[in-house]
Amino acid sequence: MNLLDTLLRCVGTLVAFLVLPLVVGQTEHKVMAHMQGRLGPMYAGGFHGWAQLVADGVKFVQKENVVPAGADRRVFQLAPAVALLPYLLVLLVIPVGPDGMVGQVVDAGIFFVLAVMGIGVLGSLMAGWASANKFSLLGALRTAAQLMSYELPMLLAAASVAMAAGTVSLPGIVDAFHWWWVPWQLIGAFVFFTAGLAELQRPPFDMPVADSEIIFGAFTEYTGLRFALFLLSEYAGIVVLCGLTTVLFLGGWHGPFEDDLGWLWTLVKTFALAFVVLWLRVTYPRLREDQLMRFAWTVLIPLALAQLALTGIIKVAIS
Amino acid sequence: MSTLLAAAGSLEPAARSYLSPTGQEIVFLLVGVLVLGAAVVSVTTRQLVHAALWLVVALGGLAVEFLLLTAEFVAWVQVLVYLGSVVVLVLFGLMLTRAPIGRSPEADSGNRPAALAVGAASAATLVTLVVDAFRSSWIDLSGAAGTTRLTGEYLFSHWVLPFEALSVLLLAALVGAIVLSRSKDGGTDARPRAGKLRTGRPSAAPTKPKER
Repeated sequence: MNLLDTLLRCVGTLVAFLVLPLVVGQTEHKVMAHMQGRLGPMYAGGFHGWAQLVADGVKFVQKENVVPAGADRRVFQLAPAVALLPYLLVLLVIPVGPDGMVGQVVDAGIFFVLAVMGIGVLGSLMAGWASANKFSLLGALRTAAQLMSYELPMLLAAASVAMAAGTVSLPGIVDAFHWWWVPWQLIGAFVFFTAGLAELQRPPFDMPVADSEIIFGAFTEYTGLRFALFLLSEYAGIVVLCGLTTVLFLGGWHGPFEDDLGWLWTLVKTFALAFVVLWLRVTYPRLREDQLMRFAWTVLIPLALAQLALTGIIKVAIS
Repeated sequence: MSTLLAAAGSLEPAARSYLSPTGQEIVFLLVGVLVLGAAVVSVTTRQLVHAALWLVVALGGLAVEFLLLTAEFVAWVQVLVYLGSVVVLVLFGLMLTRAPIGRSPEADSGNRPAALAVGAASAATLVTLVVDAFRSSWIDLSGAAGTTRLTGEYLFSHWVLPFEALSVLLLAALVGAIVLSRSKDGGTDARPRAGKLRTGRPSAAPTKPKER
């Protein structure tokens, strides 16, 4: 791998990181609007308001960057970067197409992904504590409490796929995929996706940013570009979660004409899952923190363990 | 030992000079200095949450050191367990109890000399042990010494007993935590049950004596 190749891969990942979340965000505007019998943004950019998020971005940049007087300045200013950068790193290792179409092959890919995604929580915690605002602190507490619900089922579900494929490398898992993995790992896929929703704090698990209860949780005091970075990290998180679920459970680039159109299959599957994420936001009301905890420990973890047992039995039976 | 060492190269004192270090070794030393600095700041700062955040830097630096030694799997587990879970739990605990912005002098218990003595003694023991065990031996890192496959094979063929003993220890800790967290009076006070929406009267009014 020479320097130019490395540079191209980094730039490609960066472009995907900057474009895909915006596409998801614009889709969210339009999907939510149509599901609620509205039109959504129609003016910015001309055609069906396609430039609405670009305009939003420009607006955020123009706004003043306010740091509250009682806040811990340095931690407050550092928090958005801690929340956003992990998703960029994760995007680097998600395989898009066959024959090495991936930013960087990591030997222990699943571990890398789950480990780095977990760091994003630190950003919310730092933001909530450093804001010197009780609503922010409550939001940060809810974020941390939520972590205890989703992390274990997510790891167990990912472990099941690793067991089925016999490897923890993400390209290796996609290579080992067969179509019958989808029904085989269906329970694991459900657990992983649901736990991922809780990690991203998307509805119905958006208790940490519940706007009708605690304003905007840990991000209450943020303005301007830093607030936009937190929003961007949420949408980048949707892209990363859907991409990961695609790679682990839906076969990544596998599909008709996979040698030429593999990358398209990954994108199509990712956006189909992203649509489900948006759909759930419009459909379900917000749960309470203890309801999520109960759901995770009495439903998700037993399901994940059952999936692990099923994977083991079938793996032994076919080998 | 044979599997790992065969992959990792010999432990013979190599004819290499410490005076012409490679780039990797220089980076290793620099990150080591960073980890040490972050650790020292972490125990000397008077702001509780800052101490936890400096701990993040120190533990993350350790993960980088593992990476530089080609132990990729161990590095990611370090990030997953220590950065993603332990530090988050520490921060959670701090925020739940008391974590004011700014200095908190009342958090100083006055055990500073004793802690310093214990820390210095254990550090001296460990440094002596490692230096004496390896002396001038040289481990060649060019092979696939730290891949997930090799780590797994090594762990489950040579170190199964310590691994299982640790599992039992963690299980015991888990059971102990559950026992400690159960209330001693048997729960005669009416507490709202988790997960169920209670309609009707608020929970302040005495309702059924025992729900579980």
